[in-house]
Amino acid sequence: MSDASGKSGELASATSKSGELASATSKSGELASATSRTASRLRHQTDEGAQKLARSEQELVITGAPWPDDQLGDTMLINMGPQHPSTHGVLRIMMELDSEEVVRAKAVIGYLHTGMEKTAEELTYVQGATNVTRMDYASPLSNELVFCMAAEQLLGIEVPERAQWIRMMLVEVNRISSHLLFQATNGMDIGAVSMMLYGWREREETLRLLEKITGLRMNHNYVRVGGVAADLPDGWQDDVLETLDKVEHGVREYDELLTENPIWQSRLVGIGPITTQECLDLSITGPILRSTGFAWDLRKAQPYLKYDDVDFDVVYTTNGDVYDRWRIRMEEIFESAKIVRQCVERMPKGDWRALDAKVTPPPRARIDESMEALIHHFKLFTEGFKVPAGETYAAVESPRGEIGCYLVSDGSSKPLRMHIRGPSFYNLQSMGPMVRNALVADAVAIVSSVDPIMGEVDR
Amino acid sequence: MSDEVREQPHDETMTADAGSATIADEVAAALCERFGAASRVSCGQTVVYAPRERAAEIASYLRDHEQFTMCVDVTAVDHLGNPARVLPERVGAERFEVVANYLSHVRNRRIRVIHQVPESEPNLPSITPVYAGANFAEREVFDLFGISFDGHPDLTRILMPDDWDGHPLRKDFGPARVPVTFKGDPSPR
Repeated sequence: MSDASGKSGELASATSKSGELASATSKSGELASATSRTASRLRHQTDEGAQKLARSEQELVITGAPWPDDQLGDTMLINMGPQHPSTHGVLRIMMELDSEEVVRAKAVIGYLHTGMEKTAEELTYVQGATNVTRMDYASPLSNELVFCMAAEQLLGIEVPERAQWIRMMLVEVNRISSHLLFQATNGMDIGAVSMMLYGWREREETLRLLEKITGLRMNHNYVRVGGVAADLPDGWQDDVLETLDKVEHGVREYDELLTENPIWQSRLVGIGPITTQECLDLSITGPILRSTGFAWDLRKAQPYLKYDDVDFDVVYTTNGDVYDRWRIRMEEIFESAKIVRQCVERMPKGDWRALDAKVTPPPRARIDESMEALIHHFKLFTEGFKVPAGETYAAVESPRGEIGCYLVSDGSSKPLRMHIRGPSFYNLQSMGPMVRNALVADAVAIVSSVDPIMGEVDR
Repeated sequence: MSDEVREQPHDETMTADAGSATIADEVAAALCERFGAASRVSCGQTVVYAPRERAAEIASYLRDHEQFTMCVDVTAVDHLGNPARVLPERVGAERFEVVANYLSHVRNRRIRVIHQVPESEPNLPSITPVYAGANFAEREVFDLFGISFDGHPDLTRILMPDDWDGHPLRKDFGPARVPVTFKGDPSPR
């Protein structure tokens, strides 16, 4: 053991002498050749921009990390990811370690970049929702909703009551399913593997419900500009309530299993702390911000849809650690269930899409009897509709935080620019302050508690 | 979070888009006075057009004097060949726009600051020293638009590979014109 640590110490000192892995040609005898071989390969494959942690004064201000000048001789730079079971997809975390303690960390992203914002410029507004729904694939309806809200603001159309209630209900069901996914993966990361099975079990129920209503388990493309794609199916009330019962029963089980569990608590309490000020500075939103004692939720603060008509609470805690973030997401499932139950009770009758012939296709029955309706339908789905020139920013509270859509139209049927402000993208900036002085094993728990969805980070 | 701050002029939504140099609210008025900016209301949202040289100063002012606690988002728009551009009077149109969205939790309001950035000198002061959260976002704009931010601590590509040629979200970067290459490949495919 002591032998091994001595070696790694030598390796580390050689590594950090010139600050980058590439020049790790150490003088330490037997290890030297192996090290330099690895090092030269590394230099070839990676690149300085990503490899090198910026060491300017500025970054110290930003991450708030004390610069470990005196410890430089003992630190080692390691990469966690992009292929690592605990990093939720292709996230790479570069960590500077002092034995087992993380001195600094930096998230390196872009491995899932598919140019969806560029793609959006080639798609009409009708097709746009299909594109954005694939970004945050754990809560696709939030993405569709924010895109459609931005387009509706530019068009200046009013969405009928029923469509708004349907949207709100499904977004909340989606929030439940996203948080259940978090429960599953978080349990897995932390070592409570049975949580993986339980979480997926309950999430499956919500996905089944979403499939019944929207037609697809994921990437629903159900929220459309002007309303929703279809009305709720017959007997939806019973399905929704049944699903909620199952989910709530399951989540109560998690609560019993974990909340007071001493192993769970000793693993999570006090790990990865972050303060409100750090969150605000680093543009961090959602459960991470709320875990620091700052009860900010766009559903309450800047209500959209019908959130000011329903009764629910913003869940927040004050410690800002991994345990609190987990706790908030669990409690939010109950709050969302509360909203969904109110939706079931109060769902108004009426149109489920705006009756604006410019935006919404004619009813199916009309197409059979009217040539004009057929042409209209065809034109709408090939050319799309034109949106007045202008720019707008719409924001909603997704399960991960504020998701925003900045939409610029040049008056044609395709957006000039469509930008999604992904909450995970910004939340990953919290890696700096959170991982500082944590153990490597805790770093896994911390990454998990950020709940990043890489599809949205890289877009 | 007082209630009166939520009263934004929603009824002016469509009419306010005509590019008139209306003063949107008192924050916009203060920015117009101090920084020579122009403002308007777009879809009920306050938008301020400000000179790019003063981006960082504006950010500091918003944070220190107007209680804007968070820079929600920084992005950019390439207006190459956009015929239907809407700008207030006195704002000279340039090819790029860098758009920063600020949010005040205390006053529960948002403001959007837009800087015109010319193609010939695509750079402006970074707001990362003021709002650290703009770090990733400015790197993204640098990566995808080729606009650089002076004073940014770590201005490197963030989404594209480091050896990528060009800036994909520029309008003259056609999606089909990029040859498929892999890092370390001796010859192009």
